[in-house]
Parts: sequence; C-alpha cells; structure tokens
Amino acid sequence: MRARLSALVLLLLLAGCSSGGTRDDGRITLRFQSLAWQQESVEATRELVAEWNATHPDVRVEYVQGSWDSVHDQLLTAFEGGEAPDVIHDASDDLADFAHGGYLADLTGLLPAGLKSDIPQRSWQTTTFGDGVYGVPFLQEPRVLVANATWLRKSGVRIPTPEMPWSWDEFRRITGRLSGPGKYGVAWPLKEPVSATLNLSLSAGGQLFHRGADGRVTVRFEAADQVVPRTIARQVGTDRSASPTTLGSGGSDTLPGFFGGRYAMVPLGFSYRQQIVQQAPEGFDWQVLPAPAGAAGLAQGVSPQTLSIAEDCPHKEEAAAFLGFLLRPENMVRLALGDWMLPTGTRALRDPALHTDRHGWATGTALAAHLRPAPAQTVRGYPEWKDKVATPALQEYYSGAIGLGALRERLEKDGNLVLARYQR
Amino acid sequence: MRTGTPARVGQYTALLAYLVFLALPFIWLLSTAFKPPRELGSLHPTWLPKDPTLANFRQAFAEQPLLRAALNSLLVALAAAVLAVLIATPAAYVLARQRTRLARAVTGWVVVSQAFPFVLLIIPLFLVLKNLRLIDSVPGLVLVYMVWALPFALWMLAGYVRAVPRELEEAAAVDGAGRVRTLVSVTAPLLAPGIVATGLFAFVTAWNEFFFALVLLKTPEKQTLPVVLTHFIGAEGVADLGPLAAAACLATLPSLVVFALIQRRITGSLLAGAVKS
Repeated sequence: MRARLSALVLLLLLAGCSSGGTRDDGRITLRFQSLAWQQESVEATRELVAEWNATHPDVRVEYVQGSWDSVHDQLLTAFEGGEAPDVIHDASDDLADFAHGGYLADLTGLLPAGLKSDIPQRSWQTTTFGDGVYGVPFLQEPRVLVANATWLRKSGVRIPTPEMPWSWDEFRRITGRLSGPGKYGVAWPLKEPVSATLNLSLSAGGQLFHRGADGRVTVRFEAADQVVPRTIARQVGTDRSASPTTLGSGGSDTLPGFFGGRYAMVPLGFSYRQQIVQQAPEGFDWQVLPAPAGAAGLAQGVSPQTLSIAEDCPHKEEAAAFLGFLLRPENMVRLALGDWMLPTGTRALRDPALHTDRHGWATGTALAAHLRPAPAQTVRGYPEWKDKVATPALQEYYSGAIGLGALRERLEKDGNLVLARYQR
Repeated sequence: MRTGTPARVGQYTALLAYLVFLALPFIWLLSTAFKPPRELGSLHPTWLPKDPTLANFRQAFAEQPLLRAALNSLLVALAAAVLAVLIATPAAYVLARQRTRLARAVTGWVVVSQAFPFVLLIIPLFLVLKNLRLIDSVPGLVLVYMVWALPFALWMLAGYVRAVPRELEEAAAVDGAGRVRTLVSVTAPLLAPGIVATGLFAFVTAWNEFFFALVLLKTPEKQTLPVVLTHFIGAEGVADLGPLAAAACLATLPSLVVFALIQRRITGSLLAGAVKS
C-alpha cells in the first residue's frame, strides 16, 4: 500500500512537469536542430539565432546542435514519440519517408512569398512530395574537379571553365596525358559510387529512372546513362589514368595523395575546399574546375540541405517566420560561406563574396544554374535498390570484375524487381 | 612442466605482437591528436608528429563543451554500472544456485534478449519513457543503460557464482555460519573480481553508448560525450580529424584509468578465489 502511494505521488509529481512550446508568460519557444558542424557554420548559425532572439522576444529559438550521424533514425524516433524538434535541418534525399509519413508540415502557404520566389523551381522540386512542399532547400554543392594547378599548367592542357568545360571524352584524354609511372590524372573517390555516378550522369543526359504514365518507375540503363561509368571504368582499367586504389575511398582519403603529387585531379564535393585549405602543404597551388560536360551540358544532380517544420509543431507560422529570417539572402550567404557550399537563393547567389576567384568560389557559383534534383530523389525503394543492387554492381564494374552488359542486367533486372515491390 | 627457452621467446613475441596490435589504434589516435592539419593531409604520415601542437585540443575544447559532456557521461555511466551490479548480483546468485526450470528459462531468456538489435527496441522504448516522462532526463538514460547492461551482467555474474564452490558455503554452514553470514563473509569476497568486471563492463558500455543518448536527450547541457564527439563529423562521414582525435583521447581516458587502477585488484581477487575443492 505504501509502495503504491509512493508511486502515485511520484506520478503526480512527474505529471506536474510540463514540456511544451509555450511558456506561462506567453512566450513561444521553438527548438531548432541544426546539423551545421564546421566551426564557421556553427558560428554563423548561432549568430543568426542570437540575432533572431534579440529582435523577437516573444518567439525564442533554442539552438540544438544535431549530428549528421544517425540523423534519420534519431528523427524517426523523435517523430514517432512526438518529441521532434520544431525546426529541422536535414538533406532533401532524407525527407521522402518523413514527408510521406506525415511527420513534416506542408510549407505551402506558410513561407514568405519572397523566399518562395527567390529559390528556383528546380530546387523546390527536391523537397516537393505529392502536392506538398516539406522543406526549404537552402544549401547545395556541385561536384567539382579539384586540380593541382601547377601540374596542369606544366602539362599544357586546356584549362576548362564553366563556359568551356571539358567533354567526358576530352577529360579522359587529358587524364591519360597527365598520367605517368606512379602518377594518375585523376583519383575517383567512389566509396558511394551510386550517387556520384547518377548525379554526374545527368550531364550526359542520363536519367536511369523512368516514370511511366501510370506513375510507376522503372530502371533503364541507356546509352546516356553509360557515358560516365564507362569513362571511369576505362580510366581505371584501360588507360590506367585513374587510381584503382581510391575506388573504395571517401573524398578525404584521396587528399594526401593529391597533396603528395600522386593525383592531378580529384572529383569532390564543393565543400571539400575547406579541408584543402586547412591541410594543403604551404605553397600548394590548387584550383577548382567544373566537372566534365556531356549532351546535357554541365547539369548534375544534387540533394540540397533543407530546413523543415515538424507537423507536430504547435507554432508553425512562427517557425516559418524564423525560416524566412534565417534564409534572407544576406543570411543565406553567411550560412553558405560557413559551410563552403552554395546557397540556392538567386539573390544570395549574386553576392560578391561568392564570385571571387579565391578558393574557386566563382567557378562553383557559375555551376549553380546547372544543378538539378538528384535523379533518385523521389523514387520509392531507392535506398534498397542502391544498397542491394547498384552499389555492389557499380563497385564490381569499376574494379573490372564485370562488364557493361552485366552491369546493365543487374541494374535493370535485379533493380526493377526491387522497385516493383515498392510500387504494388 | 617447464617451458623451453625457444617456446618462451615465441610466447613473448606473440604476446608482444598482440599488445602492439591492440595498442596501434590508440597510438595512432594520440599521434593524430597532436598533429597540425597539414601533417594530417600528408602522403607519408609519421607515427610521431613532426610539429606537435596542442591546437587540436584547444579547438576541440573551444568548439564543444567537452568537460561538461564528460561529466555527464561519467555520472550516467557510474550510476548505470552501480545499479546494474546491485540488481544483477543477487539475481545472478539465485539463478546460479537454484537449479529450477524457472532459473533455466530465465537464463535462456537473458541470452536470447541479447539478440535483439536496439533499433527494433528504440521506438517502443522511447514511447514507454515518454509515458513515464523520462525523455530528456538523465535518470531516464541511466535506467535505459542499466536495463541494457543487465542481461549480460546477470549472465556474466551467474558464471562467477557457479565458479564459487558450493562446498565452501556448505563448510561455512557446518561451522555454524548463517545464510547471510555465509554470503557476506564467504561468497561475496570470492565474487569480488566478478562484480568488478561486471561493473566495468556496464560502465564501459554506458560510457561509449551513442544512439540512446542521441535520441533520448534533447537538452544540449545534458548531452554525453559520444554524442558531442559526433559534432566533429559532417555529412558523408567527413570529419574534422584533429579536434575529433583530441576529443576522442579524452573519451578513452576514463576507461584506461579505471582499468589501470583496478586490474591488480581483479587479478588479486581471482587468485584469492582459487581453492581446491
């Protein structure tokens, strides 16, 4: 009896502790989980939150630093438990499940008109699922070629620009010319071969996922889809102009070889420049070049970083107002500079700080107009197709274990079986 | 039987190789923590930093509340370990000494429960804790870690109890010792190494645990060290290696210190338990 009484008292005490978005004094508190992690981007985000709080005493934003590691599982658990942050930082390729699951608020009608018109439609497509918009795409990064400028200059090869990029054939010839004993024209870090291959294949007009009139998606590995993988495979296997040892590496792993003069170029995400600035030996001259172009020009797929509002958030309008503040053009520029990425907003992209030649900003910014939603963005079943079919098939193809025919058969035949299960 | 010199040399060489193998990751971590960024990007990395620096430690401490996170981890891990041992010890004794069907079923269930991946449990667990208002609460996390460590602790301690000869307890009873006196004066001292080892296991498990802490704690001030460590890691696994290594050194220290302090005690107690039955 005594134990029961104690338990009852404990429960009553616990019930007295409330946690909500509104305090007794009427002030609203919004929890903003940011995934900014580099010192500069954390500082920029914190400063912006402080500026908001200073000017909006009734709507206080609480900054919480999240982690890219396990963010999907963490958010899923928090959504299921009704304890998700109010404002959520994530990436567009992670939103599909949350949007379809009803965990994210549809932002149509909530966002300021200026923000809506400032971000191009192609970027909005990355966060549009069905009829709703479930996130604001705000930062993106193209894949670029980071090159040893001295090596390229000495070799006398034509230096590509966004206006006059290399074609994939030209790129292959040039990497052959740059190679020699123990030296490679390029090192492809293909730890994640699927997204790199698919996103770059847009430049050759590759599409891979084809949506029929009935809305069903099928995989077709056609001529345009084969340009990029074939180029890489020939660089590695035939020309010996691409290092075979980096095929399983992440971008950071290739940097020592790049700095050490083993590779002339490394295809990397635009934000890797921060690491290069930090780690490059003194006097190392490097530059940013556009990725090669194909039939579709410099097009490539991206999955922008996004800001969303939880469906459970009781103060969606206030949260949307905070997003409007955070993503004002001048603020978007601060966030972009902090993360060494590109803003999606057209006005932010005009900022002079993003057009300087220093650290290749101008080259990257010139690519912004060519960025498209990653091909797999809205395909249900893509994660399983990627893990079970495409990743091992591409790894085997790049290492020379299978040919293009076998790759095609696996991507299409095995892949369509996987996708079909999600589209019954 | 005496072992010959060549065999002895072989044994020590193998032991040394094993020790080096075990120590290499930690030595590399230490080396990375003291290297400036340019050395981290070197094609020919060296074991000893050429230009050692404390900048990584300064940056790690400046960017993240490492001390507070370490204190949080220490509190949570200690509490979980103590509670796990307090609950597991008597339970393990009963399981080991009572040869009933129930005891066997419980032991079987304990072993089977280890097979559940935590991702299956996390959402139901989250909902249970939410109903108990233990989300974003340090006691809630302690409870989870204690429960998480309990099955293995129970199973481990039951093994130690079985290793204590029943005859010793019977001898004490013959000498007139009561049940409690036997447990306190005869069984408990012999179980000490097992209790310490189990406590260590529970401590280290809780100290290193990441996902529960990430999901269950919302307030930044309550975050534990493994969660804070991931703040040095970005999208696609890109990491700020120097500060991450510096912070990771801090994270490994307590385990090292605890093991160093009590390893003599563990081996000493193990020898004390060696009796002829």
